[in-house]
Amino acid sequence: MGTTFVFTVVVLSVLGLLLAVVLFAVAKKFNVEEDPLIDVVESVMPGANCGGCGFAGCRAFAEACVKSKSLEGKFCPVGGNSVMQKVASAMGVQVEEKAPMVAVVRCNGTCQNRVRTNEYDGSVSCRIISSLYSGDTGCRYGCLGGGDCERACQFGAIRVNPETLIPEVDEEKCTACGACVRACPKGVIELRNKGPKNRRVYVSCVNKDKGGVARKACTAACIGCGKCAKVCPFGAITVENNLAYIDFNKCKLCRKCVAECPTGAIHAVNFPPKPAAAPAEEPKTDKQ
Amino acid sequence: MRRTFSKGGVHPADRKLAADSAIEILPLPQRMYISMSQHLGAPAQPLVQKGDRVRAGQLIGASSGFISANIHSSVSGTVVAVEPYADLAGNPAMHVIIDVEGDEWEESIDRTPDIVRDITMSPAEIVKRIADCGVVGLGGASFPTHVKLSPPPGKKADVLIVNGAECEPYLTSDYRLMLEHAEEVLLGARIMMKALGVTKGYIGIEDNKPEAIRKMRELTASSYPEIEVVSLRKKYPQGGEKQLIDAVTGRRVPSMGLPIDAGAVVQNVGTAFAVYEAVQKNKPLFEGVMTVTGECLDSQRNFRLRVGTPFGEILEAVGGIPSQTAKIISGGPMMGKAVSNIAAASVKSTSSLLLLTEKQTKRRMEGECIRCGKCVEACPMGLEPYLLNKLARAGHNDELERNKVYDCIECGCCMFTCPANIPLLDYIRTAKADVMRIMRGRPKK
Repeated sequence: MGTTFVFTVVVLSVLGLLLAVVLFAVAKKFNVEEDPLIDVVESVMPGANCGGCGFAGCRAFAEACVKSKSLEGKFCPVGGNSVMQKVASAMGVQVEEKAPMVAVVRCNGTCQNRVRTNEYDGSVSCRIISSLYSGDTGCRYGCLGGGDCERACQFGAIRVNPETLIPEVDEEKCTACGACVRACPKGVIELRNKGPKNRRVYVSCVNKDKGGVARKACTAACIGCGKCAKVCPFGAITVENNLAYIDFNKCKLCRKCVAECPTGAIHAVNFPPKPAAAPAEEPKTDKQ
Repeated sequence: MRRTFSKGGVHPADRKLAADSAIEILPLPQRMYISMSQHLGAPAQPLVQKGDRVRAGQLIGASSGFISANIHSSVSGTVVAVEPYADLAGNPAMHVIIDVEGDEWEESIDRTPDIVRDITMSPAEIVKRIADCGVVGLGGASFPTHVKLSPPPGKKADVLIVNGAECEPYLTSDYRLMLEHAEEVLLGARIMMKALGVTKGYIGIEDNKPEAIRKMRELTASSYPEIEVVSLRKKYPQGGEKQLIDAVTGRRVPSMGLPIDAGAVVQNVGTAFAVYEAVQKNKPLFEGVMTVTGECLDSQRNFRLRVGTPFGEILEAVGGIPSQTAKIISGGPMMGKAVSNIAAASVKSTSSLLLLTEKQTKRRMEGECIRCGKCVEACPMGLEPYLLNKLARAGHNDELERNKVYDCIECGCCMFTCPANIPLLDYIRTAKADVMRIMRGRPKK
């Protein structure tokens, strides 16, 4: 009994010691030199692993930053400027402030605005719908309402409104990672500058059909009339292929285009309601 | 012994309602919409402008590449526009729109009903004539026929198989063609055999068409000994190229391979008829047989129609769309496409307009996969649809490739047989497109 006990202890101790030596030798021989900075940078990252930066995850982003020793062209959309500042100070480099972005759904095709011409009862996925046909309304550019963006969002920031069948973005939650932009087969969603006090003006339509055709399919379509481009004092609006586009870097948020647009396709969001001077604008400001 | 393909398959009710209706000719509509992309491959280049006068059979769209096809006017009249026009799925394609005036044909076309039996052209001339006449495969995929008749160097066909299976429920256009133009179909086959330099031909017909089998057997026994009529046991998708080769010859087309890798070329009976007309009558492909059918219609009809006839006009001719119609399908119920735009016009390969009621088409509630394996049993390509569906939903492209998603022929057997009503093919089809795009993007070894 006593000898068995001693024997076991001795055998296991010797075995443990031997294996420890082997492990130590292996660890020394195959040691990978890794910059400890990578761990430091990774620790300040949000850890969402969303891929919004263009790398495979937060660790890959940290590695890329440390290896290239600069932050040029690298940005974590989830963490935003504050995280990038921390990354920069950990690496001892400078980083430029970037304007925060937000996903914007550019479609007005609510059930009131767009008449349904077909009924679809197949699989609910925008990718499948768009591979089968042009959509259940007369507009073949707009939102299909299948909710691929909703499923792609890791942050629960975009939801298809069951009444309008158009997705809506929760600005608080949206990190501008761009997953919804990539998921949308119609290219309806765009990342735009969040704007001062979250105020922005944008064309909420992607229909490139001629005015008459677009208008027939949707009462709130951009008809490419060009009135907005003419009235814009900053040259921020271009009309191409019957579709207006507002360059958010040039736009000064004067909202002249919003008042001018005959179909109400241009949206201004998060502005305080205007005094009685322009009552026609109020319904547009509460749309999103 | 009744032959059929060896793996998988399903047995939908055949519902050949229009089988006894002879082919009729529809009066010409006032306006025709002729698409420039009626075939697989590059769209044709329009050759006419607004205001031009055209005649039936005149070349109005030129083939723009090896895999492309010529397009001919199907009517005489004035071109009113050359512009994008929505196809049956609502997606715009370039169309030549013609206001019909009279019915003048190009003089080079032989319009007599006599059957021309002597094949005088050389193989090269035959292939050139088929290309000039814009003949494409009328079985569904619209692959340019002259490309199929020009095997790549180093590969050689030794049999031609004419596809008269018509395994899709409801469709009867091929059946009527085999009954009413049997000899022309066989002559078309003989012409293609000459072009390919093969000595053995088969025509595969499912045994739910005994009249067609009898008629073809009579003819082959008396004057076409090189062509063998094969009676096939009814099973869907018998008309799939790879399945038909298996059923008729017992050969297997390798994974990712083409029929030519099994030494076979498969052509539809409609294509054989078009080849006969092109080579012997110098008539370009601008007409085709189309079935208009469905339980909700009073009359079941087969029409001989010019290419570019708007669907709305065709449905007017059968007395309008019945109120209980819920879905209109171009093609068969298994592989056809739902028509979302009734203003769209027929193309060369439009074989049918099928009107279904809500009860017939409404999708049932999707359940959970119970791993019963019915889809695996039904898949004629030996794939595992339940697995592909799961991988497709998760977006695992490399795993999909390893499970040979590219071999899917999109026949829909898996979805037809699934007791849980899972839309397997919807997801597999989009995943297949993704995987094939990735594979094509890779540098060639």
